[in-house]
Amino acid sequence: MIDFTDEQIERYSRHIILPEVGGEGQSRLLESKVLLVGAGGLGSPAAFYLAAAGVGNMGIIDFDTVDLSNLQRQIIHNTERIGMLKTESAKKTISALNPDVNVTVFNEKLTSENILRLFEGYDYVLDGTDNFATRYLINDACVMTGKTNIHGSIFRFEGQVTIFKPDEGPCYRCLYPEPPPPGMVPNCQEGGVLGVLAGVIGNLQVVETLKLILGKGETLVGSLLIYDALKTEFRKLKLKKDPKCPVCGDQPTITELIDYEEFCGLSR
Amino acid sequence: MAVKVRVPTPLMKLTDNKSEVTAEGATINDILNNLENQFAGIKERICDEKGAPRRFINIYLNEEDIRFLEGENTPVKDGDEISIIPAIAGGA
Repeated sequence: MIDFTDEQIERYSRHIILPEVGGEGQSRLLESKVLLVGAGGLGSPAAFYLAAAGVGNMGIIDFDTVDLSNLQRQIIHNTERIGMLKTESAKKTISALNPDVNVTVFNEKLTSENILRLFEGYDYVLDGTDNFATRYLINDACVMTGKTNIHGSIFRFEGQVTIFKPDEGPCYRCLYPEPPPPGMVPNCQEGGVLGVLAGVIGNLQVVETLKLILGKGETLVGSLLIYDALKTEFRKLKLKKDPKCPVCGDQPTITELIDYEEFCGLSR
Repeated sequence: MAVKVRVPTPLMKLTDNKSEVTAEGATINDILNNLENQFAGIKERICDEKGAPRRFINIYLNEEDIRFLEGENTPVKDGDEISIIPAIAGGA
């Protein structure tokens, strides 16, 4: 267990008094390494609460800059930062909230070329991206490197959350073997999204990440949580590992990383 | 058999914006055909030319993915709940 400073004991006191966290759990959080892909709708609340929780090492990947239309939901940025790199803006907010957090920023677009390098050194990957191409790339890289993928996605008033933990449960391709062809699903921008839905889903991803780090509770490994904001309803569906999965099945056919053609989103 | 079918947001424009509809049939396949009779065009959004659910859409009978039951031939009974869950990618 790490030696807390007096300031840390005070900062994390509401955690430390929880039997499920305690000094040991807080130490684990401070020593954990979480990579956020995307500092947008899901990544903003996620980065905020991971930082507040004292997750000690955070990597943030995003190549985009802050736009006025982002601020309806991307709360880690603000009006003064329009035009600034999202990674830099996120780092500024995080450092102001909690100087315990070491933030490493990667102003890069995730590709099959750089993903393994960027994933190195991180135990958990929080998927806050906005397109299928990157989601499949993240999934395949997580399967190949044995990293846990905390998955969240949103559309209009509906959100999905699950955890893909190699060896213990299914991966994204066990659910959906191939991305939809362009045109078969509505574009995210066309679809719109209730801003706060990003907050709900991004923060559920944080709850699951913290539980994984602490080793407490039952996680969403093997379950898909669906939130319907209009109906005020949460539902949990069972997910199974597919023995015929092209990437994590018994006889994988995908053994190299793929850059799919991009569609649905990449904001502009 | 009457079952409740949960329609995902991207398909709601085909169901008069209803997120829940009722359908009749003895198997998932029957249900899909019955849905098509009620809401023309919905089946081709869910299934490919061969009538199998598309690879980015899963169908659940209650909490279970029909791929791990008997696929489209999975029997359904009164009061069952069917969910159609497509992959969604949004997050920015």
